[in-house]
Amino acid sequence: MNPVLETRGITKNFGAVEASRGISLDLRPGEIHALIGPNGAGKSTLIQQIAGKLRPDAGSVHLLGEDVTALGVAERARAGLGRTFQVSALAMEDTVLQNAVLGALGARGGRVPLFRGALHDADLRATAEAALDRVDLLDSADMQTAALSHGQRRQLEVAVALTLKPRAFVMDEPMAGLGAEGSARLTRFLDGLRDEAPILMVEHDMDAVFALADRISVLVYGQLIATGTRDEIRANPDVRAAYLGEDA
Amino acid sequence: MIPERWLNAALTLGLLAVPLWALWADEPFTITLATKVAILALAGVGLNIALGIGGLVSLGHAAFFGVGGYAMGILAHHAQTFQPMIWGLEGTKSMPIIWLTALVSSGLAALAIGALTLRTSGVYFIMITLAFGQMFYYFAISWPAYGGEDGLSIYVRNGFPGLNTLDPIQFFAIAFTALMLALFLHARLKASPFGLALNAARQSPDRVETVGLSPFRLRLLAFVISGAITGLAGALFADLNRFVSPTMFSWQLSGELIVFLLIGGVARLYGPVVGAAVFIFLEHHLGDISEFWQIGLGVLLLLIVLFARGGLIGLVAGEKR
Repeated sequence: MNPVLETRGITKNFGAVEASRGISLDLRPGEIHALIGPNGAGKSTLIQQIAGKLRPDAGSVHLLGEDVTALGVAERARAGLGRTFQVSALAMEDTVLQNAVLGALGARGGRVPLFRGALHDADLRATAEAALDRVDLLDSADMQTAALSHGQRRQLEVAVALTLKPRAFVMDEPMAGLGAEGSARLTRFLDGLRDEAPILMVEHDMDAVFALADRISVLVYGQLIATGTRDEIRANPDVRAAYLGEDA
Repeated sequence: MIPERWLNAALTLGLLAVPLWALWADEPFTITLATKVAILALAGVGLNIALGIGGLVSLGHAAFFGVGGYAMGILAHHAQTFQPMIWGLEGTKSMPIIWLTALVSSGLAALAIGALTLRTSGVYFIMITLAFGQMFYYFAISWPAYGGEDGLSIYVRNGFPGLNTLDPIQFFAIAFTALMLALFLHARLKASPFGLALNAARQSPDRVETVGLSPFRLRLLAFVISGAITGLAGALFADLNRFVSPTMFSWQLSGELIVFLLIGGVARLYGPVVGAAVFIFLEHHLGDISEFWQIGLGVLLLLIVLFARGGLIGLVAGEKR
């Protein structure tokens, strides 16, 4: 099966620091692929290069078989890449519905009419409300986003990404800051999402990683030291030494 | 708290009532003051689209005000001296043609300045827009063909079909109508998908990019619309005074436009209207008492920034915007 998303030999240096050292990984249809590694391993730098925020010094990024290395964030989003952030990036002064409508606008291909009321556009509203409904936020549609709990903001981030009907998701620590209950709820939701679009996920919550991931890649000092199934990663001595600790 | 909609309606009626009262009381100077409020408020509405919705703190909006003013000055100067402009083009005393020229030229200036400045943000954006404003200022000073430092006098106010523009109340009607149209445009833009995305780009540019929209393009379009409206105000202001000079490009004027928004309320639809009205009121009444009247303005501004972050409108209608 052809990968939906793929990096080939991505290299990125910041001065003397080698943040990405020839990283090649792929995301296959229907899977959740978790990227783990200790702090400072270069996970966020890699995610930023995949999303288009940072340009790699060498190597390439491919989405649905197309080389998207030269494209910016917005163009990759239009090409089918959905993204959520480590720290929720939402319009906090706006309502929940307005944030979802923003996503629905993007799904239209970037046309932004100047005059018709955004919230009076039936199509935009329907797309936005359907996405909010899926993450159980429809009842909070008229709430100001700043008033949402941390977990609800996480859900809204996913809803905004859903409005775009992406072909692949890139999620940067979706479980960060969630309590046990919130984490379990989001885990269930992402579990069901993988058939719709595969998910590449950076995550520190090992319970979530081992519950969800079909494959796991381990990044240490900018280098991919292993990629494999849960059991393979658990059994890998390099991973045990470098990340999980000898006792794991 | 009074609903903002009601407050806006009351402000509209107030802005209409003052010159009508002045007409009845035979106080033409008050009508001129009200006209000045309407025109400066129009310039503020322009800035409010960039700053209020888009969060673009431009300290160079006087550039567009001046470009609009000089569009009027140059066209009217050539018409009154019967000298053709470049390429044999004639000048004109027709307001609609002058307004169109002001809108297009200041919009193009905003396109050029915006394309270069909107790559920056924060204090860099403030400084680079200030630098562009000053560039225009010094260019106007050193342009002898159109009066240089002395500016240009236009002997007779320009004409509008069917109106006697020399009559203060009729000229007020023109300025008031332009202001209402700009306020309508602002309200529609803010509620539109464009306004939603621009407002979101102010709060979270990363989010806007990840839904496939370009914050730069959104801001550039807002900057052009904003500059064009401020340019139209410049043309009307020049017609009010029948005079254009490099001071229309001064950074003080850019600062005053920001002060209007702070006084009235940034991003509030009628923020610039309230701000311009308070400013002109203080300038007129405190200015009679002392040439240092701006100390009073400073105190007011300080109080508003410290205690009323939503401006005077926020104080009356609540902080939600």
